[in-house]
Amino acid sequence: MTPRPRLETVAFDSLIVRLFDAIDEAHMPWVLAATNAIRQRLGDAALEVVPSYTTVLVQIDIQRLSLAEARTRLMAALDGLSPQAAEQGTLHEIPVWYDPSVGPELTLMARRSGMTVEEVVRRHCARDYSVFALGFAPGYGFMGLVEEALATPRLETPRQKVAAGSVGIADRQTAVYPAPSPGGWNLIGRTAVKLFDREREGYTLFKPGDRVRFVAIDRATFEAQGGDTTPQPPAEESGA
Amino acid sequence: MSLKVERAGPMALVVDGGRGGVRHLGVTQGGAMDWVALGWANWLLGNAPEAAGLEVMVGGLELVAEADICVALAGADLAARRDGEAIAPGQALTLKQGQRLVFERPSKGLRAYLALPGGVAGEAVMGSLSSTVREGLGGLDGLGRPLVAGDRVEAKAPHQRVNARALAPSVATLAASSEPLELALVAGAQLASFDGHSLYRAFNQHWTIDQRADRMGIRLTGARLEGRMKGMVSEGIPLGAVQVPPDGQPIILMNDRQTIGGYPRLGALTPLACARLAQCLPGTRVRFKAVSPECARREHLNQLACWE
Repeated sequence: MTPRPRLETVAFDSLIVRLFDAIDEAHMPWVLAATNAIRQRLGDAALEVVPSYTTVLVQIDIQRLSLAEARTRLMAALDGLSPQAAEQGTLHEIPVWYDPSVGPELTLMARRSGMTVEEVVRRHCARDYSVFALGFAPGYGFMGLVEEALATPRLETPRQKVAAGSVGIADRQTAVYPAPSPGGWNLIGRTAVKLFDREREGYTLFKPGDRVRFVAIDRATFEAQGGDTTPQPPAEESGA
Repeated sequence: MSLKVERAGPMALVVDGGRGGVRHLGVTQGGAMDWVALGWANWLLGNAPEAAGLEVMVGGLELVAEADICVALAGADLAARRDGEAIAPGQALTLKQGQRLVFERPSKGLRAYLALPGGVAGEAVMGSLSSTVREGLGGLDGLGRPLVAGDRVEAKAPHQRVNARALAPSVATLAASSEPLELALVAGAQLASFDGHSLYRAFNQHWTIDQRADRMGIRLTGARLEGRMKGMVSEGIPLGAVQVPPDGQPIILMNDRQTIGGYPRLGALTPLACARLAQCLPGTRVRFKAVSPECARREHLNQLACWE
């Protein structure tokens, strides 16, 4: 569905381009196309271009443009928008060691859904996910959508510390924690892949609009890839 | 030429203009909370307004000059003393080798800024020296940690003359001299989703700055705001965004905010208003004043022109 972009003022130097109202993987090529068109047409006059699910936030260099001028330039950039093949994003394969010792909610999810642990893993690996947005932490990609049967609400009490590389699920989204941090997602496994590297060109592995496929690996392969097998403590019971 | 940290206090950070062009990677802005004060401190030494300096929150920082060095001070009055002699913000001064600069406690405002000749030396991480503790980026070690005792803060330039000019106290610090402090706000797109009473209250009642205030966000307390939107699909958040979570108490998102979020917003404070807010202690009363983007832009450009 071709979106009709709306421009909304969100700050004295920032506009939101609103393309859609709801989350849908089919929207991402459009969001990415809009992001690329804005970067191309506004150049250095756009200080930040931040795509996210249904929108693109654009921060203007107000020493170059007024907000009114920016609106005109943005409308021109978005005119005749159409996603190109390149706007399907890069496909990444992420090897994951799915195991209750590093993904304590794996058994909980199996119990909730009435599936075996193997079936939960198989289904998590069965789809390619879209990266909707990067946020929460550098390189943290919000991805989806996982199938309904795997959808699991966030933990009532977030963990104080989630290990780097942890793969999690919250509702119908999935993500990988790039670095140790607090977090409330249901953990199901761990990857040795580095998602954020200050020395890497472009810094993050994922970009908004990319696609991600998870591949199950065994412990030996995970260790050979440099994975950390230190067990993840289970989540605390809420109110305890 | 360096300053040795003898005591770091609760939070002293290396800050500059922050990280740009990286928000889409989930990397926060960071940088000086009161960018106006950092700009003036740098101006006193002839540095670019965004050159890296030190942001001292509350006080407790004690520095010793390892060689003669020129520094400049702006922002909060944290009862700074050079070997016991009171130093008001808004001036450049020389520290002779062995002399001690101490920030004691908040006398007016919350965050003081110290500029060094040419700025603080160090390796930029993703284009900035700013220390963001949560992300582990920037600062003296590149890993984001605040200053600790034993650190050496090096100046980039070997020598600098003191700018003979001093700043009027009203320029040197934006700290509130009367309450309620007026904060300029540009209305945002979700403004209409709040009910009429709430909108009236939002702009007419006084809000109180809560204890829960840090570099990510500053909470305000007051009569609860109600609206028909409870949450939205997460989207990029500008500096100063005034978000209203379901408890109806606004949170102003500051330099170290998360890059995307999904609560409805009244709009966003102007960067000048953010700088003023950064100087407020908990308990300070504030009110919002709606301004047009054009008016906010003019004021902003006027501020930048002061340093040209």
